[in-house]
Amino acid sequence: MKHLRSIDELGLDGLNKLLQLTDHMAEINQRPVPKVPALRGRTVASLFFEDSTRTRLSFETAAKRLSADTMTFNVSTSSVNKGESLRDTVATITDMGVDAFVVRHKSVGIPWQISAWTTASIINAGDGAHQHPTQALVDCYTIREATHAQNFAGMKVTIVGDIKHSRVARSNIQAFSLLGAKVTLVAPPTLLPPDISHWPVDVSHDLDEVLAESDVLYMLRLQSERMAQGHVPTLREYSEQYGLTQKRVLGLRSNAIVMHPGPMNRGVEMQIDPSDVKNSLIHRQVANGVSVRMAVLFELLGSGSNLGGQA
Amino acid sequence: MSGSIVIKNGTIINRTLQLVVDVKIENGFVAEVGKNLKGDTQLDASGCIVSSGFVDLHAHLREPGKEEAETIETGSRAGALGGYTALVAMPNTDPPQDSVAVIDFVREQGKRAGLVDVVPSGCITLGRLGESLAPMAELARAGVTFFTDDGNGVQDAALMRRALEYARGLGVTLAQHCEVAELTKGAVMNECRCCTDLGLPGWPAIAEELMVFRDIELVRITGASMHFLHLSTKRSVELVRAGKRDGLPITAEVTPHHLSLTEELLGSYNPVFKVNPPLRSAGDIQALKAGLLDGTIDAIATDHAPHPRRDKEMSLDMAPPGMLGLETALGVVLAEGACEIRDIVALMSWNPAKIARIDKTHGCDVAAGNKANLCVFDPELTWSIDINRLASKSVNTPYLGRTLRGRVRHTIFNGSPTVIDGQARR
Repeated sequence: MKHLRSIDELGLDGLNKLLQLTDHMAEINQRPVPKVPALRGRTVASLFFEDSTRTRLSFETAAKRLSADTMTFNVSTSSVNKGESLRDTVATITDMGVDAFVVRHKSVGIPWQISAWTTASIINAGDGAHQHPTQALVDCYTIREATHAQNFAGMKVTIVGDIKHSRVARSNIQAFSLLGAKVTLVAPPTLLPPDISHWPVDVSHDLDEVLAESDVLYMLRLQSERMAQGHVPTLREYSEQYGLTQKRVLGLRSNAIVMHPGPMNRGVEMQIDPSDVKNSLIHRQVANGVSVRMAVLFELLGSGSNLGGQA
Repeated sequence: MSGSIVIKNGTIINRTLQLVVDVKIENGFVAEVGKNLKGDTQLDASGCIVSSGFVDLHAHLREPGKEEAETIETGSRAGALGGYTALVAMPNTDPPQDSVAVIDFVREQGKRAGLVDVVPSGCITLGRLGESLAPMAELARAGVTFFTDDGNGVQDAALMRRALEYARGLGVTLAQHCEVAELTKGAVMNECRCCTDLGLPGWPAIAEELMVFRDIELVRITGASMHFLHLSTKRSVELVRAGKRDGLPITAEVTPHHLSLTEELLGSYNPVFKVNPPLRSAGDIQALKAGLLDGTIDAIATDHAPHPRRDKEMSLDMAPPGMLGLETALGVVLAEGACEIRDIVALMSWNPAKIARIDKTHGCDVAAGNKANLCVFDPELTWSIDINRLASKSVNTPYLGRTLRGRVRHTIFNGSPTVIDGQARR
């Protein structure tokens, strides 16, 4: 595997392989000294053109636990502000000797464009509203961990919120479907893409209607600018229709799982403190983020066997 | 090259005639059409078509303002290689073509290059801002016959109505870039399944069709003539077809890329495929081709839009829209097999010359006494682009790696060859 840019490119085999590898990484992370020399001498550059807390930190942590060197590109203090083009920036960092770029950018397709300008591996950490494959891996792994299900056949996953602008939704719909889950999208029509007739999903505009039959309830963040753009009249109205409230939590099945990719908008899609939700996996999602990203880095940069030893 | 030129053994295509003959050119005019003609220079045309030179209604030559992308000279040379003898220069220059000074400059630069007639279009509104009318009468007096804000549609319906009324008094044509801007904010590609998957903001067909509809109705009440630029959707073709059936003075063009490329190409994440209006669906292509066949669409125009490499290396959302077209138009259209060769001459020469109101010197039959603006092309020759040999200053062609069919062999402008055997003379 050279790059990880989309779930589509990864495919079911790649997905399963990375999830299995994540088990090994989770084991390493349980050790008293959670560090192995697997990627010693390798360099991973983080190229984040958009804000990020968990993705960026979990990639950096993952790289360090595998003993890779890390290089962090800070857009606000970089030559990008002097007008350096993305291509030149990538070429410059490549010249310094980099094995992988972890890229986040507000624009769709940047990871593919960059691939043409460097010999390094590209990991997509989010491109516009398009793809966020490591988040999907994290979420699949987290569901597997909680349910002990190897595949998701028969599982009903409900994704709620701003599907239209969500890269998490696009990656997760693909990944959950590949693993056999039945995905239902819940959103007002203004927050759905214009034509999803070819997606393997059901659609509902009524959260209460699908709540009781969901095995997984996946809440998406609603950005406040969607109101200014006229996608929803008010956040209050959205929150009433599509937010997770105490009442809705009670309407869930006893073993249903609640997830959120973060960052949460408390008071909007989350009207309830997640710690008050019995089966919330939100903290597991963050914790598993490091193991999943270790698996990705090792798969792309590792030599295949060298996972043993102490750093 | 002085003296007379004879084009040997080509098949001339005129409105009512098609036969294999020689064409003799002298002093800028066609001197004689007949068998076994002799001249100082002979250009072989066996197996080739000899027609009036092509006329492009839609070329962005970028000068003044963006000479990094193209100059009037390099764009003219690209045009000559594509078989063109006249190019209508779009007004979205910097400064825009809304004053006599800029119009004169563009025309003079065209003359200096001397490779095609550069026909400057004028802006409909001052600065192409859509707020107040450009000095259209002054521009018309300076020779402008074709007005457009291309790149922008005139959004204000009342202002567009005034522009049409005013134009009617001047005997000029207004051309509209049909795009209701409120519906295309941030749009990168056609609103379709592919844009859904990519998470890119869509440019819906309705944004074009609403303005086509509005302007057809404005033509109906004003009686002014109107040209529709780069139509791209099925419903737009239907609207124009219905308008023509009602006898309205409207014309329309389509680009080679909207006849040959589809929206899925954006899935390559290559901004070279970003264009405005965007590449559409296979169904739209089918409707556009039907429009070519039944006369709904009058012209094939390139929307030649050069951009420097660095601009097309930006992200899909940031990269400017547009692609090269002058050097490939014929090869793309013939490769598509959308219509007969005779129709292509009509769509690329006769009709656009008339729409641009330059039909006294362009788009004339190949006949004694007419200005010698001619194109000689081999309709069967297959070829592919060598990106290092483009005459254009930019390289943003979407046709790399594709096989094109039909290539210009010679181009004669004002009686002198600008292209011989596929090579630019100057």
